[in-house]
Amino acid sequence: MAVTHSVTPSPSKPRTAWWLLGLVLLVCVLSIVSLNVGASRMNLLHLFTDPDDRMTQLLFVSRWPRTLALILAGASLAVAGLILQMLARNRLLEPSMVGTVDAATFGVLLCSIIAPSMALWLKFSVVSVFAALGTLLFLAILKRIPLRSALIVPLVGLVLAGVIYAGSSLVAHQFELTQALQSWNSGDFSAVLRGRYELLWVAAGIMCLAMLLADRFTVIGMGKDFATNVGVNYQWLMICAVLLVSMIVSSVVIIAGALPFIGLIVPNLIRLITGDNLRRAIPLVALAGSALMLAADLLGRVLIYPYEIPSANILAICGSLVFLVILLRGRKQWA
Amino acid sequence: MGLSRRAQLLLSLSALLALLSMLAFMTFNVHSDWSFIIPYRGSRLLGMLLVAVTMGLSTVVFQTITHNRILTPSLLGFDVLYVLVSSLAVLLWGTEQGASWPVELRFILEVALMVAIALLLFRLLFTGSVRGLHMLILLGMLGGLLFRELADLALRIFDPSEFSIQQGSAIANFNRINLQLLWVGLIGVGVCSAWLFRLRRHLDVLSLGRDVAINLGVPYTKIVTQLMLLICVLVSISTALVGPMLFFGLLVANLAYWLTGSHQHRWTLPASVLAGIVCLVGGQVVFEHLLSSSLPLAMVIELCGGVLFIALLLRGVKQ
Repeated sequence: MAVTHSVTPSPSKPRTAWWLLGLVLLVCVLSIVSLNVGASRMNLLHLFTDPDDRMTQLLFVSRWPRTLALILAGASLAVAGLILQMLARNRLLEPSMVGTVDAATFGVLLCSIIAPSMALWLKFSVVSVFAALGTLLFLAILKRIPLRSALIVPLVGLVLAGVIYAGSSLVAHQFELTQALQSWNSGDFSAVLRGRYELLWVAAGIMCLAMLLADRFTVIGMGKDFATNVGVNYQWLMICAVLLVSMIVSSVVIIAGALPFIGLIVPNLIRLITGDNLRRAIPLVALAGSALMLAADLLGRVLIYPYEIPSANILAICGSLVFLVILLRGRKQWA
Repeated sequence: MGLSRRAQLLLSLSALLALLSMLAFMTFNVHSDWSFIIPYRGSRLLGMLLVAVTMGLSTVVFQTITHNRILTPSLLGFDVLYVLVSSLAVLLWGTEQGASWPVELRFILEVALMVAIALLLFRLLFTGSVRGLHMLILLGMLGGLLFRELADLALRIFDPSEFSIQQGSAIANFNRINLQLLWVGLIGVGVCSAWLFRLRRHLDVLSLGRDVAINLGVPYTKIVTQLMLLICVLVSISTALVGPMLFFGLLVANLAYWLTGSHQHRWTLPASVLAGIVCLVGGQVVFEHLLSSSLPLAMVIELCGGVLFIALLLRGVKQ
């Protein structure tokens, strides 16, 4: 396999700490702005000067859950992307580019055909299984690719995702759910209210688990032989990582829909700061993911105010632009 | 040089199949007046034939220019580029003066704009610094994604409430062929095919490679620019008629190579058209009348094409 992990020297600790602080501040500022923006006028300051019932309602039923959901979803998706990149040993990947997201959408589709009133935990498990199967299918194909240039990996992933999507659009068409499929496929947070986002806490929990396992995932990223050599159960950890990624993706897909490119942009940017050390990178990746998600959603809310543009649309535009830049800048390395 | 016995057999078989499916498309399950059926089904048939011709020709020619069998104009995002151009043009036609222009004129203007942009992009991609097939496809797919999302965004900003209606037209559909553009399309396809037929010997030489072609006296840049122009026009026509299709061209072109087992364009070009007709018209007959299902043919074709693409990649196509 072509070398995709060039060794980046790890910078000193203090610099990472500064970045951490800066990102925390950024997320705070964006959250406050996000709480203040919306179709109905509201100013957080008024909450202290003259609190009234309508405003607290608005805040705690709509704005606060939405902001929280954005933070959780952004952070966990970015971490999922990072883990996936370690798994496939390729930096140009993320869950929506390998079929994980499309398989999850397929799962959601099947759930709503077979049992529309399925319990949330059951739906979550079914969708996670589908997402895991999609990821495993990709990894199996990846093993069989004869000449693994770094670029063929995202290429196969994109096409596989397209094939799975075509399959689910056929099923959706048969059951007249095409509109629903389209809405799952372009994620947005406009429907998030209190009581409708709590599944994302599961994603956040899984993300914390991933932080605990960070060192082992770093070892996985160095290949099977190395991992076995330092005493890591490679097979078990691979399955574990696939499950973590799938559960994060499926919870986000169920709550908001597919959100492309967060898992690609954020880890690649953060790697410029921290190098390949996952334990140091994960907190930064999570925070930057939240910040990006908040920013994308905010942009979507103000661009054609009072209408909304789904954040997936904005993320896809920014994401594909950044990806193009990454490819063109590193073209000597990849080609 | 003629064709092998196998190729002759396969080609005549597929020609027969194409004729049969056209006949079946026109005559199956006729319950009403012929004076209604003939113009109704005839126009749809004509539309599908045009799409088969445009997709087959443009893909085979493109693969000859780029020397490989997995790169297609659609994979490089050409058809989505047309969608972007036409949805940006909506902004212009939205003005009163624009709306009064005939559809055909608008279409021709859009094609002209699209050709200009595509030629520019092509210059950038092929004469510049980007090398490597995988890089090219990846850039193209990302570009396609970007164009599609930008078109989405433009439509949403332009008219948030009309969005869902417009969105439907961004997916290929053979039951909803844009019949207004049929005649312009027919003329365009006729001119382009005649031009390509004149260039068929040049194409054969071009498939030997750039350096050999120049050595043999082909005015390389001039011919390739002409060919690119033709490809852009063909892709625009097909996209305007039914909408973008990512893998159809790939499927048809590879079928054509398999059918003929030859590199000569006087065989591969017609073979790709035949394969396209069998896939589209035959498929439509099977789905509409035999299975009486409402499954959209375009999606089935995309599915098959996607699987073929992965298979081609897995086989490690020569770079």
